[in-house]
Amino acid sequence: MPHISVRNLTVAYDGQAILSDVSMDIPDRQITAVVGPSGCGKTTFLRCMNRLIDMTNGARVTGQVLIDGEDILAPDADLISLRKKMGLLSQKPQALPMSIYDNVAYGPRLHGLRDRKQLDALVERYLRMSSIWEEVKDRLHTPASRLSVGQQQRLCLSRGLAVEPEVLLCDEPTASLDPVSAQRIEQRFTELKQDYSIVLVTHILRQARRLADYIVFFYMGELVEHGPADQLLNDPRDDRTKAYLSGTIS
Amino acid sequence: MRLRILTERLTTGWIVAISVTVMLLTAVVAAALVHRSLPIVEGHSLGALLGGSEWRPLEGKFGFRPFIVGTVWVTVLAMALAVPVCLLAAIYLAEYARDATRAIVRPLLDVLAGIPSVVHGLFGVLLLVPLVSDHLAPWAARHLACLPGATPQQGYSTGYCLLTGAIVLAMMVAPVIISIADEVLRGVPVAMREASLAVGATRWETVKHVSVRFAAPGLVASVVLGFSRAFGETMAVLMVVGNVAMSPKSLFDPAYPLPALIANNYGEMMSIPLYDSALLLAALILMVTVLAFNLLAQGVLVVARRRAAQ
Repeated sequence: MPHISVRNLTVAYDGQAILSDVSMDIPDRQITAVVGPSGCGKTTFLRCMNRLIDMTNGARVTGQVLIDGEDILAPDADLISLRKKMGLLSQKPQALPMSIYDNVAYGPRLHGLRDRKQLDALVERYLRMSSIWEEVKDRLHTPASRLSVGQQQRLCLSRGLAVEPEVLLCDEPTASLDPVSAQRIEQRFTELKQDYSIVLVTHILRQARRLADYIVFFYMGELVEHGPADQLLNDPRDDRTKAYLSGTIS
Repeated sequence: MRLRILTERLTTGWIVAISVTVMLLTAVVAAALVHRSLPIVEGHSLGALLGGSEWRPLEGKFGFRPFIVGTVWVTVLAMALAVPVCLLAAIYLAEYARDATRAIVRPLLDVLAGIPSVVHGLFGVLLLVPLVSDHLAPWAARHLACLPGATPQQGYSTGYCLLTGAIVLAMMVAPVIISIADEVLRGVPVAMREASLAVGATRWETVKHVSVRFAAPGLVASVVLGFSRAFGETMAVLMVVGNVAMSPKSLFDPAYPLPALIANNYGEMMSIPLYDSALLLAALILMVTVLAFNLLAQGVLVVARRRAAQ
């Protein structure tokens, strides 16, 4: 049973289809790269998986996204435990308006962890896991907004990991980073896939080549092709995939 | 060609001149007030004027204390009534309401803000004054006897009192506060809200820990702007507050705020020495206070907007 399974997912915004009839399974404990030209529905696809699509006014979602067999698009789905399960790393790092420490402790505190020692240990563990601990350990209680963009993105990764998700949803997580910071985030991903399923939306084909085990290609709201990275990159079946890989459509 | 350049210079010149004139008006008003209130400040110490509680112009006693106390109480009470309600309303509008609801409510707020203050005053006289004298005051006399400030002094109130003034004032400033607070909360980046929701926070937790915290300076500014508006409001308060020159001891006592003092008395009994100067000093106090609050609020808003834009 695959962890995430998408069935006939269709999203329309003010009557205009953004995603049409997408069905696929997302493999466990692998990095799945979602690629395609901008505006093809990659981000919308990702936002369906943690229901942040609800925040978009006028979006109509039909179909099913099954996580462990449970349809998360059902109106009575438990959003809190869903979002706890699906960590998010957004395109532009969004540090919450609080200290570095509180950013990481934010989720666990909401979910009921109060013990100071446990929180301390947890904050350190996840800051280490996103390799930012050494840079911030002496100023944990200063505002997170003072960190550089690259550091903020790693902090956001810690914050996402701290609620112990099972899946990481990443929306072009290196797009606003300098090359060194981007590389650091990428390194983390290759380690993290031991324990997490990672869905990585990216418009950088080379990043998909470097990281992905499995690739999903969207074009104008349509799921064109998906398969293991080797097969899709080296032997694409659809002409549109070929055109995208060779750079004639972007 | 020469003509075009000449026109350009002339146009620039008169536009700048007009703009400067408009801005200078504030300074002119202030200067006039200072000039006209000087006689009374020369004859009396400022401490005696501001701290004195006797207002007997015929005997040359000009104690502003009751009026200052009245102004402060009416304003503070009005804010205490308005602020919690307004902030929650703004949170609802910015964070919970659908776009369609907002589209109806926002213009409605502007309409509310535009209701002439004399209409609010009439509303107060027709509805609130009887409500307070017939229901609230007797109720407070019966149930709140342990709180001297919350019960009518002789077990009875005319309804023209501090509380009525504060309620009318709260109604007047509410649209202003809601409107600005809503705008400030809308300035919280969507992605920041989503970052909070994405770790499993509920909507309310996100509002409490993220939106309100991020928007705090702007929310403070909205309250301060409401405060400065309330502080100088004249007509509506004057109509319902009782206008008795004494420091109120209870919610149901009449009060006499500074703007009401000026509006009621300027132009009458002007033959009394220094009377005119005393009223203009009152106006000066009012203007300086409101100006200070406005500057403070604008400053905070500028900072808040800059932060939101980042």
